[in-house]
Amino acid sequence: MTTPLLSLRGLTKAYPGVVANDDVSLEIGRGEIHALLGENGAGKSTLVKMIYGLVKPDSGAMEFSGASFAPQDPRTARAGGVGMVFQHFSLFDALTVAENIALGMENAPAMSQLAARIREVSESYGLPLSPDRIVGDLSAGEQQRVEIIRCLLQDPKLLIMDEPTSVLTPQEVSILFETLNKLRSEGTAILYISHKLEEIRILCDAATILRLGKVVGTCVPAETTARDMAEMMVGTTLKTPQRSGATAGEVILELNKLSLPPASAFGMPLREVSLSLRKGEILGIGGVAGNGQDELLGALSGEIRANEGMIAYKGLDMASMGPNARREIGLLSAPEERLGHAAAPDMSLIENALLTGAVREGLVKGGILNWSAARAFADQIIEAFDVRTPSAGNAARSLSGGNLQKFVIGREVLQRPDVFVVNQPTWGVDASAAAAIRQALLDLAESGAALIVISQDLDELMEISDRFATLNEGRLSQPRPAIGLSVDEIGLMMGGAHDEEVTRG
Amino acid sequence: MIRFEKRPQPSQIFSIATPLLAVLTTMFFGGLLFAILGKDPVQSIVTIFWEPLFGEFAFYYRPQLLIKGAPLVLIAIGLALGFKAGIWNIGAEGQYIMGAIFGAGVGLAFYPTESIFIFPLMILAGAFGGWLWATIPAVLKIKFGTNEILVSLMLVYVAEQFLASMSLGLLKNPEGFGFPGSRNLQQYDSAHNADIIAGSGMHWGVVAALIAVIFAYVLLSRHSLGFAIRVTGEAPRAARFGGVNPSRLILFCLGISGMLAGLAGMFEVAGPAGQITIDFNVGYGFTAIIVAFLGRLHPIGIMFAGLLMALTYIGGDIAQSQLQLPAAAIQVFQGMLLFFLLAFDLLTNYRVRIGLNEVAT
Repeated sequence: MTTPLLSLRGLTKAYPGVVANDDVSLEIGRGEIHALLGENGAGKSTLVKMIYGLVKPDSGAMEFSGASFAPQDPRTARAGGVGMVFQHFSLFDALTVAENIALGMENAPAMSQLAARIREVSESYGLPLSPDRIVGDLSAGEQQRVEIIRCLLQDPKLLIMDEPTSVLTPQEVSILFETLNKLRSEGTAILYISHKLEEIRILCDAATILRLGKVVGTCVPAETTARDMAEMMVGTTLKTPQRSGATAGEVILELNKLSLPPASAFGMPLREVSLSLRKGEILGIGGVAGNGQDELLGALSGEIRANEGMIAYKGLDMASMGPNARREIGLLSAPEERLGHAAAPDMSLIENALLTGAVREGLVKGGILNWSAARAFADQIIEAFDVRTPSAGNAARSLSGGNLQKFVIGREVLQRPDVFVVNQPTWGVDASAAAAIRQALLDLAESGAALIVISQDLDELMEISDRFATLNEGRLSQPRPAIGLSVDEIGLMMGGAHDEEVTRG
Repeated sequence: MIRFEKRPQPSQIFSIATPLLAVLTTMFFGGLLFAILGKDPVQSIVTIFWEPLFGEFAFYYRPQLLIKGAPLVLIAIGLALGFKAGIWNIGAEGQYIMGAIFGAGVGLAFYPTESIFIFPLMILAGAFGGWLWATIPAVLKIKFGTNEILVSLMLVYVAEQFLASMSLGLLKNPEGFGFPGSRNLQQYDSAHNADIIAGSGMHWGVVAALIAVIFAYVLLSRHSLGFAIRVTGEAPRAARFGGVNPSRLILFCLGISGMLAGLAGMFEVAGPAGQITIDFNVGYGFTAIIVAFLGRLHPIGIMFAGLLMALTYIGGDIAQSQLQLPAAAIQVFQGMLLFFLLAFDLLTNYRVRIGLNEVAT
C-alpha cells in the first residue's frame, strides 16, 4: 500500500470545559472520498479546522504527502494543497462571481483572464456557472459552485466539504456528486462531512465516525446499513418516530392567493400561495432555502401583515391580527432562526418563556408580569422536553443548538396550539434531539392540531408529513399526498416544475 | 497575544464593578491630566470628590447636589427607557428647554393671580412641552423612517432659537428695564418651585426624580411594557415575533423621555433658575446621556450616577475657582468617565485571555 495523502495521528484539541478532539487518528488516500460522520458537537468541525489551519492541535501530528504538516493559517494550508468549502458561504451578494473569486485569491489575475479560467474549470467539472452573474441572484446550489470553483482554481490535492448537500435540491446533489467523482478519478482526495447517511453510502469509499471527540469506528459505507452508522454516531439504538394514521378533520386554516412584496432587495416575494389545512394533518413544505420560507412563516405568525381575505383561520380573517392576537386563538409558530428570532440570546429561559407564552399561559395580568408563573412554565418546558441546562435562569445563548431548539419547540407545543407552523424544526440539531422533536410534532398532530412543517430536510418531511408541497420562487406547489412520492418527483417540484410535468415525468 | 472571549453568560460581578472601575480609572487619568496642567493631582481629585461633601462649605454644596442631580436623574431615567429599546433620543436638551418654556409660559399667563392650581398646571404644561418636542422625531421615524438621533439633535437647536425668541419677545418681563428674560418665578408664590424643607435643596423636581426612579424600576422589572422595551433592545426580531409593535414602542419611549426632560426643565425654571433667559439651558440634557450609561441604564444605578455627576459638576466648579483649573479640563474629566465606562463595559460580556498558543477560531 502506498503512503496515504493525509494521515492524522493522535490529534487532541481541548477548549475550556470540553475536549473537542481526543486522540483522533485517520488516513485518507489519494483519490479517496472519505466521510467524516458524527452528530453536532462530535468534533467534526474542529478536526477539519485543524487540517485547514484555522485551529492548532494541542498535541498529535499530521502528515501530508509524506511530509510533516502543521499549517499556521488557512493560507499555508491552501498553499500546501488543501481546499475547503464551508457550509456557510462567504460571498458578497452585490459582486459578480468573478469578483468574489478574485477577492479570495492571493494573486488574482486580470479579470478577463480569471473569467476564462472560471469558464474552463466550470465546464471541465460539469459545474455550469457564468462568471459575470451577480452572486445575490444565484441559487444556493450555484453559490456553492462559486465556492467549489474558488477551491479548484488552486488545484487542491485534498478538498474538504462541510455538509455540502444541505442546501441543494436532489438534482443539484447529483450534479455535485458527478463533479466529486470526476475529481476522485483525477486523484483528488475529498474529506466529506455530512450526517446524511444515504448520500455517504452512495458516494464515499471509507468513513470515520466521531462521537464526543473520539473516533468510535470506521466502516466501508457501501457495506454498512444507514441504521448501523446512525447508531454508531449516536451510541444508542435510535427510536423511529411513530404515528398511527389518523384521518384528517375539518379545514382550520386557509390561505387564499397569499401574496407579499419582498422584504428586502434580495428577499423573496410570496406569489399567490393557496392551501387549506385540516385538523390532525401535517403539511410538509420543502424547497431550497430562500424561496419564501421565512416570508410564509412571518405571514402566518403575524409578523408580516397580509391583505384582507388572504388568510382565514377558523373562518376569521387574520389581516388585522398581530402575533399575540393569533396566539390567543390558537395559531402558534416557531421561526427558523433560534437566536435572535425565536429567542432573545442574552435573556434567560424564563424571559424567553414569557416571550410567547404570556398570552396563553396567563403570565401577564393587567400588564403586570407574573415571574413565578413564567419560571414555572420555563421549568415545565425544560422538564417535558429534556432541555439540558443548569437552570431556567441561564441565558438562551448558553444552551447548545439542540437544547435551545427543544426549548423553542417545547414552548409552543406545551401551549396546546390548534395550528402550529414551524420552520426548520431540527436544523443543526443532533439525531436524538431531532427524533424527540419530530415525535413531539407527530404527537401534536395526533391530538388533533394541524401542523405546517417547513424544512430543508426531505427525509424529515417524508417521515412526518401527510401531504407535501414545495416552495419555489415564492410559489407553492399543489400539495400532494406524501406517501408514494418519489425522489425524482420531489426534485421536480422543488425545481418549480408544474404539476402536469411532474405527472408526465 | 491578548484576545477577548465571549462569556456564555454576562458577568454579574463585572456589571456592578464596571462603574466603580471606571470612576477609579478616571480619577487616575484625570489626576494625570491635572498634573500635566501643573496642578497637584491628589489635591485636584480631593477637591472634586471630597470638598463638596465633607469640606468646610459642605453645608452650601450638599443641597446643590440635589439641585443639580435631580434634573440629571429625571432626564436620564427617560433616556434609559429608550436606550434599552435601541431608541436613541439625543435631543433631551431641546425637550428640557421646551418643557421650561411651556411650564413658565402657563405660570406667567396667570400672573399675578395666586392659586394652588397654578403650579400643578405648570407641571402638566412642562410635561406636555417636552412630550410634544420628542414626539416630532418619533412620528417622523414611524412615518418616514428618519433617524431619531439626527432629528432629535437638530430640534435642540430649534428649541434654543425658540428660547431666545421667547426671552426677547413674548415672555420678556415688561418691568425688566429692557433686559432679556422673563419675570422671576421665584418672586411669584403660586408658580415658585420652592424647597420643600427650606435650605435643603429638596424641591419638587427631586421628588419627581425619585418617583421616576421607582416608576422606571417597576416598569422594567414587573410590567409587560418594560419587558417589551428590554426584548426590543436585545433582539428586535424576537420582540416582533413576541408581539411587540415597534411603532407604538417608539412613540412611548420617545414620548416618556421627552415628558421627563420637559418636567426637569419646568422644575428648573420655576425653582433654581427662576426665569426664562437666553442661556437658560446648561447642558443637562446632554450630560444626562452620560448619566444614563454610567448608571448602566438601570434606574437605581442612574440615581447614583446622577448624584456622582452632580458631584463632579460642583467639585469641578470648586476646582476651577480654588485651583484655577480650566473649565475645559473639567469637561475632559467628565468625558473620560463615559469613555472608561464604555471601555470597561466590554468585560461584562467578554473575558480577557492572554496567551500565545491559541489561534482565534
